[in-house]
Amino acid sequence: MSVAELPIRAPRRRRLSTPPGALGLGVSTLWLSLIVLLPLAAVAARSLDGGLGDFWASVTTRQAVDALRFTVVVSLVAAALNTAGGLLVAWVLVRDDFRGKRVLNALIDLPFALPTIVAGITLLALYGKDSPVGIDVAFTQVAVLLALMFVTLPFVVRAVQPVLMELDREMEEASASLGATPGVTFRRIVFPNLVPALLSGAALAFARAVGEFGSVVLLSGNIPFDTQVAAVYIFKQVESDNADGAAAVAVVLLAISLLVLVAIRGLGRWGARHEG
Amino acid sequence: MRAETVHRLALRALALGYLGVLLLIPVGLVFWRTFEPGLGAVWDAVTTPAAISAFWLTIAVALIAVPLNALFGVVAALALVRGRAPGRRVLDALIDLPFAVSPVVIGLSLVLLYGRDGWFGGWLAERGIQVIFSVPGIVLATIFVSVPFVVREVAPVLREVGDEQEQAAATLGAGAWQTFRRVTLPSIRWGIAYGVVLATARAIGEFGAVSIVSGKIAGETETLTLLVEKRFTNFDVAGAYAASALLALIGLATLLAMSLLSSRRSPSTR
Repeated sequence: MSVAELPIRAPRRRRLSTPPGALGLGVSTLWLSLIVLLPLAAVAARSLDGGLGDFWASVTTRQAVDALRFTVVVSLVAAALNTAGGLLVAWVLVRDDFRGKRVLNALIDLPFALPTIVAGITLLALYGKDSPVGIDVAFTQVAVLLALMFVTLPFVVRAVQPVLMELDREMEEASASLGATPGVTFRRIVFPNLVPALLSGAALAFARAVGEFGSVVLLSGNIPFDTQVAAVYIFKQVESDNADGAAAVAVVLLAISLLVLVAIRGLGRWGARHEG
Repeated sequence: MRAETVHRLALRALALGYLGVLLLIPVGLVFWRTFEPGLGAVWDAVTTPAAISAFWLTIAVALIAVPLNALFGVVAALALVRGRAPGRRVLDALIDLPFAVSPVVIGLSLVLLYGRDGWFGGWLAERGIQVIFSVPGIVLATIFVSVPFVVREVAPVLREVGDEQEQAAATLGAGAWQTFRRVTLPSIRWGIAYGVVLATARAIGEFGAVSIVSGKIAGETETLTLLVEKRFTNFDVAGAYAASALLALIGLATLLAMSLLSSRRSPSTR
């Protein structure tokens, strides 16, 4: 620690009538309210326009229930598969060394940088009807899963990578010198340290997958009761001028995402406690 | 030693295979398919009047949305990290909302606010202002989706640099604005740049929200991503690939900018 980093007690500031940053906080809150909160409030209000009974009826139509159920299940599967894949990729990027590793590391973020509609087209090129390898899964549930895995690929990698980099290698060396096999060392020493990061990465991936639209819309074929996800269902309801039905399902989708977001914040605190 | 090497190579092969099947081969294939018919055909596909107008609309919308959110991002990050006003935690929690909301829900929310039957629909119609199915709706949707990026990049940098230098400047007699311009801004500029890159990529690539509010009028309210979808559903696959490749190139440029900036954005890694 250099001298500049030593905690220096700040000189007592002159007491102001308003706390510092109040104006900035006010302006930011106003901007966020106008751009984000007000529109979302309109969705919530619209979903309850016809009372709770209408809301319930809109959410429990067979097509809506099927779309919501499929969305949650396929998002969970995508998040789980990417947790395993993401751990593997993060491990190789941190512990292995080979030519082109830095380029590969940069390419991990490609799903964030690529527009979702392009992601859909990209997957259709390889796994659609003109597939050069003869795999055609277009308009199936597998296609939806592939799309969700594509767009959520970076989350777990980027959550695990920094933790893995900072992990103390001495513990592993100690474990190995006491006779543990690499497998045992990984399971008992490394893995427990990665659990908070894995969980928060998986939760972020799930939250993203639940609302995904652009990459799925071309791949899924939008077959009701089969490949239709909630976001596409909402889109179709808006197109057919059923704003009430769209708003009701949108509120359910919002509630799921918000729950996950709250869970991630809790996980963050839990992870921080475990480190200290 | 031998077994360790085998392990390492096996894991590497697995990881590369996973990335290849899911990410690298599909993206590579789109580029291959795009440029297979030759550069001339690609050039023609991305220079049709509809494509040019979509390109400029996309750029114009990003040029409105991103600077506004960069300004918001810096103000909000300062208020969150340096401010002492009550209510900071609430704002901090709400800023991430756009990440959690489905693009389709964002589009729907704007329709319910500014559309024909929306809260402000009547008021706007009386004054002859059209938001939905027109450019202002696209701009609002794009601002919505790109709100959090700059705050989320700048706030950690502000936290990390601490406020000793700012206090020193204040002690030496600098005003608030002077301190910000001469001390704070230079230390967060790379953080801002990184956030702006992410926000721009998101703004250019937004599809779901824009697709609901735009009305998709060719030459008027059609952005690049909407053009890709339209061409693809109209069986103009080569045209869709060409426009996709253009967007993918923007994405790759974003990645390049990200990796160039990432080592500079935080003071501890500089």
